[in-house]
Amino acid sequence: MINLKLNCCSEKPVTSLYSGEKLCKNHFTEYFENKVFKTIRQFNLIEKDENIGVAISGGKDSLTVLSILNRLSKENPKIKIIAIAIDEGIAGYRDRTLITAKEFCDKNNINLNIFSYREEFGLTLDEMLKILDVKPCTICGIFRRYLLNKKSRELKLTKLATGHNLDDECQSIFMNQMRNDLKASARLGPKAGLLNSEKFVPRIKPLYLCTEKEVTTYAFINGLLDNFNECPNAIHSFRAQVRDTLNDLENKFSGTKYSIVNSFLQTLPYLKEKFKNGEIKICTSCSEPSSNGICNACIYVEKLKNQVALQN
Amino acid sequence: MEKIKISLFIDRENKNKTVQLIGDSKVADLLKELNINPVTVIVSRNSELILEDEKLNDNDEIKILSVISGG
Repeated sequence: MINLKLNCCSEKPVTSLYSGEKLCKNHFTEYFENKVFKTIRQFNLIEKDENIGVAISGGKDSLTVLSILNRLSKENPKIKIIAIAIDEGIAGYRDRTLITAKEFCDKNNINLNIFSYREEFGLTLDEMLKILDVKPCTICGIFRRYLLNKKSRELKLTKLATGHNLDDECQSIFMNQMRNDLKASARLGPKAGLLNSEKFVPRIKPLYLCTEKEVTTYAFINGLLDNFNECPNAIHSFRAQVRDTLNDLENKFSGTKYSIVNSFLQTLPYLKEKFKNGEIKICTSCSEPSSNGICNACIYVEKLKNQVALQN
Repeated sequence: MEKIKISLFIDRENKNKTVQLIGDSKVADLLKELNINPVTVIVSRNSELILEDEKLNDNDEIKILSVISGG
């Protein structure tokens, strides 16, 4: 029988690609970085003169993006990089990941800006969840997106890069299909978002075509792997269930996730066109962009205030 | 057939354990024994990544690291 799973060189392989090719440490690193740079070029994610913020948590995905974009910045001085982290206030999780984030930024001389829920909204996420009967990922996602956009704009960033990978995108596509929410899918893609406005800082996903396993392999080889895993609030989420289903399918039918994202990319221009005429309103309470008169962040802040008042 | 003993650390469970496998077992057999989907982990021995078709040896110390993170 002919062995089609060829090794890249005489060095010991550390990973095998979807194509079956086995790569050593150095060739995998080269393959991975080239894939990220190709994604940036293919989707025109970064121009020659940019002020990029990288949203980091201290986890492997965001540190991988920061590490690669920091290198890009050193090779192209007109591309400036800073890091932004959000401290939601999740005891035993975010406090630990933020230590890793700070250490990485200190070691690499990267300016790190940390913004917290407690400072911006008056309570930590842990405290909010004791007061409101709401799914953790729902309220956390709203506040997180709100703060990242607001602070990116205040810091005069031209783009905000995130650590979203192929698995994340695949899960979102799948979840939106299950919810029959095409408009949410129209906001996906390597350049996220739908409507152009000076109120929105464009979000980019340089790891868009890298699987979670590839990112972890790169992070392990390059010393970026953290020792903690999933957010304690995310374990039983809808996304976690979709993720497990997709991983089961991937194990049985190799390449499933690539196929889903690649076919989605072919339909994405039509989705963006279909939903391009939406209106951006300005929140009457905080002046941030909103799809309604009052933005979701302000609605939840108000609900929290009311609950606190009732309890006192 | 002769059995081999493997010492394991599974980061997702933050747990050390020992398993016994038949002599010519590979990483893929170990993951199957533990009911772990290979798509969701990377596996290392002596701080080096190893592939699913790698043969395991008696008294190997193996780390199984989850690729799932964030949230």
